[in-house]
Amino acid sequence: MYAYVARRMITGVLMLILMSMITFVLFFASPVDPGRFACGKNCSPALIKQVDKAFGYDKSVVVQWKDFAVGVFKGRQYPEDPSLRKSAPELVSDCHAPCLGYSQVNLINVTTELKDKIPISGSIAVAAFLMWIIGGVGLGTIAALTKGSLIDRGLVGTSLVFYAFPTFWIGLFLLEFPAIKWGLVPIPNYISIADGGLWGWASNLFLPALTLALFYMAGYVRMTRAFVLESMSEDYLRTAKSKGLAPRKVLFKHTMRAALTPIVTMAGLDLASVLGGAVITETVFNYNGLGKLAVDSIATFDLPTVVGLVLLLAAFVIVANIVVDILYAFIDPRVRLG
Amino acid sequence: MTSFLSVRDLVVHFPTIDGVVKATEGLSYDLERGKTLGIVGESGSGKSVSSAAILGLHRGTNAKVSGEILLEDVDLLTLSDEEMRLRRGRDVAMIFQDPLSAMHPYYTIGNQIAEAYRVHNDVSRKAAKARAVEMLDRVGIPQPDRRVNDYPHQFSGGMRQRAMIAMGLINDPGLLIADEPTTALDVTVQAQILDLLQDLQREFNSAIIIITHDLGVVAEMADDVLVMYAGRAVEFGPCKEILTHPEMPYTWGLLSSVPDVKGDTDARLIPIKGNPPSLLNLPPGCAFEPRCTHSDKVPGNLCRTEVPDLLPGNRGGVHTKRCHLANSDTIYQREILPEIAPELVEDPS
Amino acid sequence: MSISPSESHASEAPAEPKGGVVLGNPASKLDLSRPPILEVDNLQMYFPVRNSGLIRRTVGYVQAVDGVSFQVPAGGSLGLVGESGCGKSTTGRLITRLYKPTAGRIDFDGRNIANYSASQLMPLRREIQMIFQDPATSLNPRHTVGAIVGAPLLIHKVIPKKQVLNRVQELLEVVGLNPEHYNRYPHEFSGGQRQRIGIARALTLQPKLLVADEPVSALDVSIQAQVINLLQDLQREFDIAFLFIAHDLAIVRHFCPEIAVMYLGKIVEISDRETLYNRPNHPYTQALLSAVPDVKQAAIGGRRERIRLEGDVPSPVNPPSGCRFRTRCPIAKEICAKVEPPLLQIGKRHKVACHFAGELGNHPTAPITAGMLGVDDQGNHDPGASPSKDIGNSPGFSDFWFDLKTRTMAKS
Repeated sequence: MYAYVARRMITGVLMLILMSMITFVLFFASPVDPGRFACGKNCSPALIKQVDKAFGYDKSVVVQWKDFAVGVFKGRQYPEDPSLRKSAPELVSDCHAPCLGYSQVNLINVTTELKDKIPISGSIAVAAFLMWIIGGVGLGTIAALTKGSLIDRGLVGTSLVFYAFPTFWIGLFLLEFPAIKWGLVPIPNYISIADGGLWGWASNLFLPALTLALFYMAGYVRMTRAFVLESMSEDYLRTAKSKGLAPRKVLFKHTMRAALTPIVTMAGLDLASVLGGAVITETVFNYNGLGKLAVDSIATFDLPTVVGLVLLLAAFVIVANIVVDILYAFIDPRVRLG
Repeated sequence: MTSFLSVRDLVVHFPTIDGVVKATEGLSYDLERGKTLGIVGESGSGKSVSSAAILGLHRGTNAKVSGEILLEDVDLLTLSDEEMRLRRGRDVAMIFQDPLSAMHPYYTIGNQIAEAYRVHNDVSRKAAKARAVEMLDRVGIPQPDRRVNDYPHQFSGGMRQRAMIAMGLINDPGLLIADEPTTALDVTVQAQILDLLQDLQREFNSAIIIITHDLGVVAEMADDVLVMYAGRAVEFGPCKEILTHPEMPYTWGLLSSVPDVKGDTDARLIPIKGNPPSLLNLPPGCAFEPRCTHSDKVPGNLCRTEVPDLLPGNRGGVHTKRCHLANSDTIYQREILPEIAPELVEDPS
Repeated sequence: MSISPSESHASEAPAEPKGGVVLGNPASKLDLSRPPILEVDNLQMYFPVRNSGLIRRTVGYVQAVDGVSFQVPAGGSLGLVGESGCGKSTTGRLITRLYKPTAGRIDFDGRNIANYSASQLMPLRREIQMIFQDPATSLNPRHTVGAIVGAPLLIHKVIPKKQVLNRVQELLEVVGLNPEHYNRYPHEFSGGQRQRIGIARALTLQPKLLVADEPVSALDVSIQAQVINLLQDLQREFDIAFLFIAHDLAIVRHFCPEIAVMYLGKIVEISDRETLYNRPNHPYTQALLSAVPDVKQAAIGGRRERIRLEGDVPSPVNPPSGCRFRTRCPIAKEICAKVEPPLLQIGKRHKVACHFAGELGNHPTAPITAGMLGVDDQGNHDPGASPSKDIGNSPGFSDFWFDLKTRTMAKS
């Protein structure tokens, strides 16, 4: 068991390192000259050279990647110039570990930048996750139990509609009608728990989370329905019934346990990906989360921020993968962690 | 009082888009405590479907079940769902063909056996588990106190079937239905399981219905044999009688198409030609007629136009057959037996 | 290519005259004049078992097949029987080279194919084909029957594309299917018909050897006989050799004139069928045969005494020392744990791997093998003995054998 976890962690770290390398190579393959870009519009070749030197852009890819990696663990300074630090310490920006780079566009450390956005995206992600898991699995189970009835067909049909509609349309609809026209909910505007209390935080999150959740919920309804139906046709359910178990016990102890196992896998990975930012939802509701940051930084060629975001998202997915695998071993005794 | 179990005119139909699947039609039989009934037939003959009806396993599906299933004079078909549920596992238990898929992969063997006990007995988890260990010991699982915590995949096929039997018998049911209990097992293990079932039957005096396609299993286990074809009983009688004086050409086919470990190896197997009919679209006459090689001996077009009734055969008594052939016993002794077992022909004249 | 569909055979079968050329089936006769098409010598297949540590080292092996030797004569059949986990299916897969053996020789038609590369195997696939147990899962549901049966012809470019359909229809007719049904999909056929499709596919390239792995065990009894008869007809018609793998002792006996019994990766007894079924000498074979329910016996009345085997087959990862059957053997003695019994030839075509080989109820009290193995009766090393070399484990049979009654070498 421990050996398995250790093995998975090691592969996870290796994958992160690989990811950072690939992102770095892409960084260099991009047509934008980072030195020129950082220097601004009115720039002389001499000035560019100076910037290149200050930020290390003149070094080889390998050295730059090494500097970056060292920065992640030990922190670094921008620009890395001891003489400048002596002469004009106010021009040098400290980037403490874990340092993911320095954004030339926003003039801020990438780590700080991400740190500010994580609670916003995280809030939406977690709230949406709870909604879609409860709603999706619940409705999917109901659909499976009433297979072929009007309820089942209604649920499956509705989920198809939500699955097909673009998220931005649903988001705009929810923003326009329940919030702006009807005033049923406040117009969403992110407030942290510290500022607005639990209620203020939650009520403002409701619409963006719902927007995001509806799309996933639609998928989960169909998936849960399929898994529950599959589980209901298993021989061991016939055994459970022939023992005289009450229908509720057959459903919860025997059917759901088997049906939920594959859903756990999906849910873990889906959560990881929305934690990395829900681009459209955040844009529609004007939430300054990771998704919006990604859109902005790509639009402004803010490459250090892009690298930081990619690594963060990769880390989320890798960690979620490990967690799901370990969880799986607990759920299904047949999975030998060997 | 009638028999312990008395099935009368049992009908199980499954309506589908393509029409009604007539899985069981007008099935009747009786079974006493301590006796074993072997139901023989191929896939689709209705042997499993009709037995599942005794447990009420078709409730909650779109199956149409009618007739009477009297267990100790109570018609199980008239019970409410809840009343039927309380009888499942307590009065009637069932064990299935493939014990690996018939057990939940995520729960321990002990958990699943104890669960069966706790449904019908108000006892603590601990007491139920102790009872499970006791039952595992009874069915011959070594180190039952340790193995009770194993998962099904950690058991061998034979041990899983033993555990299934333990689960089935933990509430001492009067009737045990064993649906192909040894089909997935090796012969030496099959022998162990059949021995075990017979031992337990003597001990608990339960009635057993053993569903199988293997006449060999029936020969070793059953007191009475019911041969089913296309949803109907086609022959019924005491086991030895059916094996020595079968009167229905389908039963002849079953006997002649299987080689045995002693017979003449130069002889060809005599298969039953063709395939079983679709239960959606049964022929108007005898369902076996399209595959039967003896229908020419019946005058007129009777086999093709009229379903024969299940009536006493040539030898009378409790042996019944669903066949228009008038002198089927003579045909069997003269034409079939010399082909499949010349050494058993009693009177060569 | 013009034998009639077996459906008609089926109906005519009872009317066939006894004796004569048409009848009989060469499959059930042992033809010693034919050279072996397949000779397997000391075949081994070990699957590695890895541990669960940080670095996954190999900590043991599943000894699925461990030193198996036999011959299959051209146009003849050898049966492999045994219970699940005995290695019979692995043996079949080794011979079709779905696996690469750990050690040993597989001489097919004079060539050792044990270590052939994928490209060397390509032409060989034409000559060795396999029939699988479950026709439902071994046919691609998205391909028509015509595509399934014709695929080998296209892959091996045996005949021009235009003729493929004709050939496919011929083959379907041979196995008793309607040739017009070539454009249907597998799910439109019954189980027995699907197995016929599998057989047609295997026949497409006119193989010299067919490995049939439980070809009828997934079928209903009335259909089993149809397929068995079909296979016998095809064997006679096309002179195909069969390695017939099954757990059903009666069917193997019916199909194969020679049969090998396997237990935990080894052959414990191999012989012609009359000897094996009437006078088995290995306690496992005896137990296996006594466990088969017998309809006729029961019809006459009375149950035969079964030899009860206790417990389960041990794990092939860690098989018992000495004789692998000793943990369940009713007659095991001290020597059985210490020394492995050789597969000793004890009759013209009869080999058995048991220290106490003998007919049921007539097993010797002292091991027959002690002298030739250089040990005493308890299995301890005997410095005074002069052990014979190379006892057993040759694929074929010798003209000399060890006679159990006289305890000397004999000759026919």
